[in-house]
Amino acid sequence: MSTPHLEFEKDIAELEAQIARLQAMARKQGLEAGRELRVLERRLEALRLEAYRNLTPVERVQLARHPKRPYALDYIEGAFTDFVELHGDRLFRDDEAVVGGWARLEGRTVMVIGHQKGRDMKQNLRRNFGMPHPEGYRKALRLMRLAEKFGHPIVTLIDTPGAYPGIGAEERGQGEAIAMNLREMARLRVPTVAVVIGEGGSGGALALGVADRVLMLENATYSVISPEGCAAILWKTNAAKDKAAEAMKITAADLAALGVIDEVVPEPLGGAHTDPAQAVANLRAAVARHVAELERLSPEERRRRRWEKYERMGVWREEPAAVAP
Amino acid sequence: MTWFRKEKQKLRAADRRDLPTDVFDKCPECGEILYRARLEQNVNVCPTCGHHRRIAADDYIRLLADEGSFEETEAELRSADPLGFVDLKPYTQRLEAAERATGRGDAVVTGLAELEGIPVALAVMDFEFIGGSMGSVVGEKIARVARRALDERRPLIIVSASGGARMMEGILSLMQMAKTSVALAELHEAGIPYISVLTNPTTGGVTASYGMLGDVNLAEPGALIGFAGPRVIEQTIKQELPSGFQRSEFLLEHGMVDHIVDRRMMKATLARLLRHMLGLPVPAAAAEGGAAEPAAAAAAAEPKPTTPRARRRRNGRPSREERSAD
Repeated sequence: MSTPHLEFEKDIAELEAQIARLQAMARKQGLEAGRELRVLERRLEALRLEAYRNLTPVERVQLARHPKRPYALDYIEGAFTDFVELHGDRLFRDDEAVVGGWARLEGRTVMVIGHQKGRDMKQNLRRNFGMPHPEGYRKALRLMRLAEKFGHPIVTLIDTPGAYPGIGAEERGQGEAIAMNLREMARLRVPTVAVVIGEGGSGGALALGVADRVLMLENATYSVISPEGCAAILWKTNAAKDKAAEAMKITAADLAALGVIDEVVPEPLGGAHTDPAQAVANLRAAVARHVAELERLSPEERRRRRWEKYERMGVWREEPAAVAP
Repeated sequence: MTWFRKEKQKLRAADRRDLPTDVFDKCPECGEILYRARLEQNVNVCPTCGHHRRIAADDYIRLLADEGSFEETEAELRSADPLGFVDLKPYTQRLEAAERATGRGDAVVTGLAELEGIPVALAVMDFEFIGGSMGSVVGEKIARVARRALDERRPLIIVSASGGARMMEGILSLMQMAKTSVALAELHEAGIPYISVLTNPTTGGVTASYGMLGDVNLAEPGALIGFAGPRVIEQTIKQELPSGFQRSEFLLEHGMVDHIVDRRMMKATLARLLRHMLGLPVPAAAAEGGAAEPAAAAAAAEPKPTTPRARRRRNGRPSREERSAD
């Protein structure tokens, strides 16, 4: 019961507590409570299915930000082997909101790069809550160029509230750093696979996200602005964040429908944190499959397809006749 | 209990509008009362303090394109409301209102033109259209004009003015950053020059894509240019921002733009840069005149700031402590 539960999980948590109490009582008093337990467990199962199969966008936001959710390093340690972290952008400093280095995916060397959040306040001072400064993006680009040099695929793991909005970040060119990553990721000749594993926070997420294949974990979100930010600007009140989350279409299923992402990677029922090993296994299988598929294409073909994919992004009409693109 | 009540008469906006505001105008920077016709003749740069007012996309095109050379392209593109987005107002209503107000289909005008005789592809953003925000149409028009630049091997110039991505198109607006950057990657590989001109304000998704990707980045004086907006930064770091923060002069100091160019010198500066990048000779007329260094010329054309506020803004630099605060 150490996992903190979310608002919509209250009923589930209560039932779980009830089952635990009954089990404890049965053990202590040597009573036979198997039947009652089975009934309760069936009810719990139904309740969980009901809750997690129909999550609202704002509930998924809560899961995507869950403090127990696996972060980039958890996936790197779990789904990859032989990880050697590389540090620094060679220009200013090492930004620990971004991690990256060589690793093996089913034996094959890849460059893996991700946003890294901290688990507690102390870690978050180092990791800046997963919000990179320009040097984080420049480190990522340095590592991508390294992968390019040696012809190894690149895997990025996206999980950030956004690029850090601060004085130093602006002085050192946050906009330029993101823009350069977008352009240079477009130009890479090696296979690139990006996975949104938690929060895909706007430009700060996209700066690791221009790739041949973009995948999203089932409960991850990806949006142009946080629901809170959107609500504050368009509805003039933070209280409208549910409406904003709904209106902006930020869930994995929505983005797949819009053609922005290529695949939704399933999570264990209740979210990746309820069974991290399963989440890691699902991610490894999906990423390995896409890398293998991409490696069968020539570098020219990969780039052509990547460019065409981004050239198609968006929906517009041409007057006077309304034509879908 | 009152015996009679005096009807309160509100000042109606219509009464005020009857004043001859079309003859004189007050500079928001130095407070000088300016003769409107003279201001317009001066491309909306205050003759006293050099403050650059925002101008419409059409006016900027007139400023840059040789007379009669501009041919608009992709004028028929319109936003399609892909998400059926409704906040306090439906997105479609916002679009209609913006089109009525600006006479433009969306927040950017694109086309082909000649600039001092050099064929160029040109895109100029219009801040008056939903804050110059970038949605699918802006992204598509930028991508298409870049494609024309690529096909016809014309240099590309984009004049930006934008609050960032258009939230009402959700993730699709974010993807326009990727789309435009991909288009510029192709241009980059083909060795075709791209110059980014940043005007007040350019923030968010536009800064973090084509705004900052110029082979040369130019900025108008005093323009707000940045990734995060100043309000967001203030709320995050919980302190007041130094004066001059995120202004053109601050970006020049930090190495993010190549030049601050007075609007009155913008065309000549662009032409000189393009001729260098394209390997074109100095035209006979300019060679005789002994064209000056663009920045120096711009500085000469620009009178010294006269008010303390204007001076502070121009010279405003964050102090050492403020800079290391973050």
